[in-house]
Amino acid sequence: MNFHAVRAIYYFEMARTGRTLLQSIVSPVISTSLYFVVFGAAIGSRITQIDGVAYGAFIVPGLIMLTLLTQSTANASFGIYFPKFTGTIYELLSAPVSYLEILLGYVGAAATKSIILGLIILATAGFFVPLRIEHPVWMVAFLVLTAVSFSLFGFIIGIWADGFEKLQVIPLLVITPLTFLGGSFYSINVLPPFWQTVTLFNPVVYLVSGFRWSFYGISDVGVGVSLAMTLLFLGVCLAIVWWIFRTGYKLKN
Amino acid sequence: MQSIISVSGLSKTYASGFRALKNIDLDIGRGEIFALLGPNGAGKTTLISIICGIVNPSQGKVLVDGKDIVTDYRAARTTIGLVPQELHTDAFETVWATCSFSRGLFGKPANPAHIEKVLKELSLWDKKDNKIMTLSGGMKRRVMIAKALSHEPQVLFLDEPTAGVDVKLRKDMWEVVRALRASGVTIILTTHYIEEAQDMADRVGVISGGELILVEEKNELMRKLGRKQLALHLQKPLAAIPPALASHNLTLADDGSELIYTYDTQSERTGITALLQGLNEAGLRFNDLNTTQSSLEDIFVGLVSQKPGAGQ
Repeated sequence: MNFHAVRAIYYFEMARTGRTLLQSIVSPVISTSLYFVVFGAAIGSRITQIDGVAYGAFIVPGLIMLTLLTQSTANASFGIYFPKFTGTIYELLSAPVSYLEILLGYVGAAATKSIILGLIILATAGFFVPLRIEHPVWMVAFLVLTAVSFSLFGFIIGIWADGFEKLQVIPLLVITPLTFLGGSFYSINVLPPFWQTVTLFNPVVYLVSGFRWSFYGISDVGVGVSLAMTLLFLGVCLAIVWWIFRTGYKLKN
Repeated sequence: MQSIISVSGLSKTYASGFRALKNIDLDIGRGEIFALLGPNGAGKTTLISIICGIVNPSQGKVLVDGKDIVTDYRAARTTIGLVPQELHTDAFETVWATCSFSRGLFGKPANPAHIEKVLKELSLWDKKDNKIMTLSGGMKRRVMIAKALSHEPQVLFLDEPTAGVDVKLRKDMWEVVRALRASGVTIILTTHYIEEAQDMADRVGVISGGELILVEEKNELMRKLGRKQLALHLQKPLAAIPPALASHNLTLADDGSELIYTYDTQSERTGITALLQGLNEAGLRFNDLNTTQSSLEDIFVGLVSQKPGAGQ
């Protein structure tokens, strides 16, 4: 294992966050605070509780998940796309690093950044609403699994993209809508039966539900199903990344 | 010659169907400077990219220091440093950070003393804390060389290292290359400045249309393919070459004031004596003469233009 290379890539990516601190950390925190103001104050005044949890507190796991999904995807996709764009990818491809080491460096850094953001948002939420975490180990497990899975997903987008437009299209047109429609701000039980069934095809439902269960012990779907779906998504992403490296897709040809 | 790079049966066909390399066989000796020459699109960069692991080969085998670039890629790549043709840099990084990153990427522990030595040799030490985006083109080129040297490679690929670099800097760079060779590093370079290859290289390979058409010791190549020309400056200009001298394969300069005789220095008889005798018999007088040796560039142009489909 080339630990020096993993460390070099990881610190290189984390240093990029340091250079763009305002964009990387401050702006998601401000956005999330605004969500609290809009959803917590405006809608929370009409919906007081869901399944015995105050509405403001109910949306916290969904908000963290929203940030986790978008930031993991954005960080990892930009991290690998930028060297392709500038041409510095030549160095990575000619270095004695394995696919696993490249993944550990890029995906590890992207996941770390989004986990830090998730925790910052959690701390920020503590200023607005009373929080409790019933299953802290599972909370961390869902946080890490989701961050890693969507960082892998972002890595795939970064390899696939051949322009900044493509880099943005999946996060903007797929991930954000799925997150909003995935029960981040409501329980899917409030939907009519038909739409409840349709919503079950949205993978984000399982992530949000499992994560919310770790906070309050309430969920829209079984926690086992949530965990299985998260692991399935992780497995699919790993398989695609393995195929990319094996074939050199958009990297070596 | 002990090979440090051994290429056998190497071919590359891109997804578009373009055959960039056709069955290349090449051995590069340890510690030599090898110049790879060829027109644009000949396959030089593809060959280098395959050896360095950037492009997948379609067929064939490459060994670097006895290590297969596919099955033992870690060991093979650790020995290689690459300076690509284009100026690919991390614009927002400092010179020091980008060189340290390169060293780590190639699996070497941090060694500030080595990075300092490399930056000083390349006259970059006073720029070590500058962001790369603030540097001139020539300095960026040197940063790329510094990155390639940061992990102490045994083999250094220089793909057009002096493109866009001013004369002073080019000379400095070649001094660095000579020093590297003196320290035992094998250098493989491509350049469009053929006079540089003529000055620097021990051996020359010419690639055209994806085929390696010649590999030769530079001096041997110059000796074998080099031609000499004798120019005779006539006292009175001629309208045409006299019929009596037709057998000497002479050419007449446009203004008729100079007769040019091309001959092979390797042949037993150069024909100079007979030519001078013929001139005397024809009553032609000349007031000066000089000889010139064909350059590596002349040889290169001759080789490439002889190849069917060259330059397409």
